[in-house]
Amino acid sequence: MSDVAIELNNISKLYRLGEVGTGTLSHDLNRMWYKLRGKEDPYAKVGEENNRESKGGEWVWAIKDIDFKVKQGEVLGVIGKNGAGKSTLLKILSRVTAPTTGSIKAKGRIASLLEVGTGFHPELTGRENIFLNGAILGMTKTEIKRKFDEIVAFSGVERYIDTPVKRYSSGMYVRLAFAVAAHLESEILIVDEVLAVGDAEFQKKCLGRMKDVSVKEGRTVLFVSHNMAAVRQLCTSAVVLRNGMLAFEGTQTEGVNYYQTSHNTNSEYIHEGTIETAPGNNSIRILRFEIKPMTGDVISISSGFEFAIEFLNAKEDINLDITFEIKNSDDIIVFHNGAILTHDKDSKKGKFKVSAAMPGCILNAGVYKFNIIFGENQRYELCVLEDFVQFEIMNESAGSSNAILPGVLRLQIPVEKSFSI
Amino acid sequence: MKDVHENTADWSLVIKPKAGLFDINIKELWRYRDLVLLLVKRDFVSFYKQTILGPIWFLVQPILTTLMFLLVFGRIAQLPTDGVPAIVFYLAGVTCWAYFAESLTKTSETFTANASIFGKVYFPRLIIPLSIILSNMIRLGIQLLLFFVVLAYYMIFDDNNLHITWAVVLFPVLVLLMGLQGLGLGIIFSALTTKYRDLRFLLTFGVQLLMYATPIVYPLSLAPEKYKWLIAANPFTAIIETFRFAFLGAGAFNITYFTYSIAATLIILFAGILIFNKVEKNFMDTV
Repeated sequence: MSDVAIELNNISKLYRLGEVGTGTLSHDLNRMWYKLRGKEDPYAKVGEENNRESKGGEWVWAIKDIDFKVKQGEVLGVIGKNGAGKSTLLKILSRVTAPTTGSIKAKGRIASLLEVGTGFHPELTGRENIFLNGAILGMTKTEIKRKFDEIVAFSGVERYIDTPVKRYSSGMYVRLAFAVAAHLESEILIVDEVLAVGDAEFQKKCLGRMKDVSVKEGRTVLFVSHNMAAVRQLCTSAVVLRNGMLAFEGTQTEGVNYYQTSHNTNSEYIHEGTIETAPGNNSIRILRFEIKPMTGDVISISSGFEFAIEFLNAKEDINLDITFEIKNSDDIIVFHNGAILTHDKDSKKGKFKVSAAMPGCILNAGVYKFNIIFGENQRYELCVLEDFVQFEIMNESAGSSNAILPGVLRLQIPVEKSFSI
Repeated sequence: MKDVHENTADWSLVIKPKAGLFDINIKELWRYRDLVLLLVKRDFVSFYKQTILGPIWFLVQPILTTLMFLLVFGRIAQLPTDGVPAIVFYLAGVTCWAYFAESLTKTSETFTANASIFGKVYFPRLIIPLSIILSNMIRLGIQLLLFFVVLAYYMIFDDNNLHITWAVVLFPVLVLLMGLQGLGLGIIFSALTTKYRDLRFLLTFGVQLLMYATPIVYPLSLAPEKYKWLIAANPFTAIIETFRFAFLGAGAFNITYFTYSIAATLIILFAGILIFNKVEKNFMDTV
């Protein structure tokens, strides 16, 4: 099992930003001129690190010097933020586009599932599309014939198999498409986040199938996902990409932990520089804000979290109060909770430190933001900071499902039962 | 799992930045042969789905074009047709030309029309142009049936000098030449238009103009001796002339022109495959 199934050597990919238009011709000619004289591509040098937020030149390394090996039978999770280079890496691995430098060596056929239902033709029936799609993904007609019944059974659309797929519901369409893909016989399978389709039952079926592919059939799988629970459950190892570079390589648990701790960079604010530039206004200046889990390294549903704020107050002799609001990703204020800091109109100039804790098993998984409101005499707003700091509560699987459960709250309430005939 | 490589030393697949100029993987093309056939079937089936007449629609275009040519070039311009009935003469030309022109324009759109598939999954890109040539060949077959019916009618019921000559043995070669010429030129254009779309506009009316530079609506014998070489320089000229000579007994078979046409087709095809092969690896970044 220690055979290397796929090996990446210093894979990099350079992209030009902006539009391809009349201006590009001169660049092309310039490149050709350099090439003719046997020199290096002049634009390759100005390539910058892939960082969406900063502005820069027009050439960007979407991925740079990616170097790792995947053993046969291993399920490798590829994790990273949006724009970290995951898709580019997948495209290169599935030979949709070639790398700018570096090479990849693989043993066996590579089949990629960057999308389900590639090449489905709406006018053709389900049956015809199974054959067409299977062939596009690299199966031969005999292979598809042999697997046909299995595919149809897996998809659960037997009744509609001779109906054009344009009459299918979107769910049926996706089921059929995934069913074809799930029965590919290639030695290496590359899967993008296509599992985020269908209803919960079908998702479970897909994950189960993925597991079968690697465990029972010993095939190598590269799995790209944002679903940390799925990565943890399915994969045996993981790599983390950041700004187009390989940031971490290790087991799936280590990878997920690394990603989650490095991902939540936003959940802390430490002001550097002069006081005048700190967030706030002339009355209040915020110096520091941090959120951390009460137990463990990661804020999860059950861990709970503590937060602490340090600020400078400039208003004297008032009743100073502070209010925290936590807002979920739908901009719903989940709660609003205030505290009076000085009761007897005796506030003083100086640094306050306020901290609080939020017990676990109350908020559901998701991304949350803090609003912080400072008040004077519980009547006037001194300073309002909206969306000040963002943090994420990671999901924990409940029973067999990895999906985030619906609802704003994630309470565990005791259930009692009685039974009679 | 049947073809897992036991030998750990050799890699079955190596992905590199650039392919060698002659790095054409015929074996891989062959492995995907089922895909070619399924794509042909898709094109053919989806063409007449939800129509009543079905494949008969393939016949409408040659019939109407022939009638139009008959009116404009036969009756109004009164161009001679090498002594054979004008309908058969035009129908032969229209059928062959339609196959070539259709193959050329369709294959020239290979990359732009299939970008969504190419962006998601790998298979040898040459599969698409090959399937286009083949599906057009089915269409050609149906249109040729019409041609043969009309030809038979004129041979039996009409008094004229139509006769089939020995050159019919070249028929398969002719069909192959038409297809490969369309393929070769088409993939050259498809490769050139991935980044700069300008050539696409040229192609649409270029094909129309080219028809007049080919003896479709007139026989080669009509061309003045001085300019004959110019028309014969078009590799399609020998094909259409040989075709008419074979089935209608019209015109003459010129071995020089014919050999030239074969050579030109091979060169175009070879150049096309080379350019196509060079572009296919990175076209997704520029299309």
